[in-house]
Amino acid sequence: MQIEKAIGVELRGAAKTYRTAGTVVHAVRGIDVSIDRGETVALLGPNGAGKSTTIDMVLGLISPDAGTVSLLGEPPRDAVAGGLVGAVLQTGALIRDVKVRELVAMMAALHPHPLGVDEALELAGLADIADRRTHKLSGGQAQRVRFAIAVVPDPAILILDEPTVGMDVEARRAFWLSVRAFAARGKTVIFATHYLEEADAYADRAILMSRGRVVADGPTTEIRARVGTRTIRATLPDVNASELASLPGVTSADRRGEEIVLICSDSDAAIRALLDSRPDVRDIEIASAGLEDAFIELTTDPDGTSAEAEPQEALV
Amino acid sequence: MRSLAYTRFELVRTFRNGRLLVFSLGFPLILFFIIAAPNRNEHNFNGSGISIPLYYMVGLVAFGAMSGLISSGSRIATERTDGWTRQLRITPLKPSAYFFAKVGTGYALAGVTMILLYASGLALGVSLGAGRWLEMTGLIVVACIPFAVLGILLGHLLTADSIGPAVGGLVSLLALVSGTWFPLGSHGFLHDVAQFLPSYWLVRASHVSLGGQAWTAGGWLVVATWTVVLAILARYAYLRDTARV
Repeated sequence: MQIEKAIGVELRGAAKTYRTAGTVVHAVRGIDVSIDRGETVALLGPNGAGKSTTIDMVLGLISPDAGTVSLLGEPPRDAVAGGLVGAVLQTGALIRDVKVRELVAMMAALHPHPLGVDEALELAGLADIADRRTHKLSGGQAQRVRFAIAVVPDPAILILDEPTVGMDVEARRAFWLSVRAFAARGKTVIFATHYLEEADAYADRAILMSRGRVVADGPTTEIRARVGTRTIRATLPDVNASELASLPGVTSADRRGEEIVLICSDSDAAIRALLDSRPDVRDIEIASAGLEDAFIELTTDPDGTSAEAEPQEALV
Repeated sequence: MRSLAYTRFELVRTFRNGRLLVFSLGFPLILFFIIAAPNRNEHNFNGSGISIPLYYMVGLVAFGAMSGLISSGSRIATERTDGWTRQLRITPLKPSAYFFAKVGTGYALAGVTMILLYASGLALGVSLGAGRWLEMTGLIVVACIPFAVLGILLGHLLTADSIGPAVGGLVSLLALVSGTWFPLGSHGFLHDVAQFLPSYWLVRASHVSLGGQAWTAGGWLVVATWTVVLAILARYAYLRDTARV
């Protein structure tokens, strides 16, 4: 019992396929994820990786075709009915013709054990605009309102689906401070993001998805270490990327205009071999891999095509 | 308690929306005075046995109530587009409570239209016994049920930008073929078709002034059948609609 209680969110073999006229999209292809209570986890991946479908399954908005999803040991819909879940969804506009405080208070009234309305407003940094109408807010303010209605139920699990898209740097920092303050209450937080630095700065752990699969799952530091330890960048026209990929110590090679990018398991061997075979190489930089390189590496297929290049469909 | 919290919220939102109120309450009232005031002394409109003020009072209550109830669909469609319905689905709010709020708000708007038009009708000399007023109001309330359900159905089928013309056109058409603007008489093609529309029976609530029963058993059956069929479709549309819009 004790062990079961410690699990916040669990997906076992969860899969979802969309079928529309003539096309079949395997949005999520059977993933196993277990998130402990109190963890803050980033869900990363290019568009179409299956992040949003995964989040919708966790929230019970869609049912998996196969596998199971549970929140604190309960099916998502039961957890939602019990007021255990709060979420900032990707949406267009806030509902109109209400004041911020009225909206937050109504949300509180729908839940069995909410925070105080003032507490939620304070947490979201809305105390000074609580009497404004929702359609007169800036983008950053509207997003803080979404955050307030996500936390006012005092949920055990908070889900954020690309919550800072379109915010400026300052608003983003303020937003994450609020998230941190809420997570510090022992809450489980899962957020999907495109911004790798957000995962780096605010998550204990990152889950990388690509083409409906989990391609990496662990502390951000560990994911970085999983990848080739160094990246070599240099200017070198007139050479095939595939030719470079066969150099010793190189795990993958990519061409960006005149620039080549070599991701290396052994950059010492790679740079010697490169200089031997192509003395005309210029502007050489060798750097340790960042999370971004890990991201590209792990979400790119062995044949060199990025998952991003896949045709997308609307639902994922 | 929770369902009432959401209903209260919807009422506040709706009655704060000035433009919505002006158009949905103002139009039937203006039309009523334009049509009925010059003919206020006509006591037998086209041989129907009903006075013009009474006929148009009920006709425009029907028009206003249909618009008000079906337009709750426009608000649902907008809320779906904005992602608000998805947000509500991750709260403990039950679908029944959500629909109660929508229908309740639609009825509240229709109720205000009705009160304003009753007052205007009285001003133009409509006179009925208290029992007849009650009977007429009861029939209007019942005949509005299918339109409340239709609003929910359309709100889940159509998008925010297509529902406006759809609702406007539908209400105009229903009003026309159901006798809102002129009595349909007792035979003929239009009359025969109209029998099968709940809006026809809505308009026929004014027949209470003729004595006897304003509705036939067929009328009750038509209203009940539309309600059940539309409710089944609305439920299906709601359950299907979990995707992002």
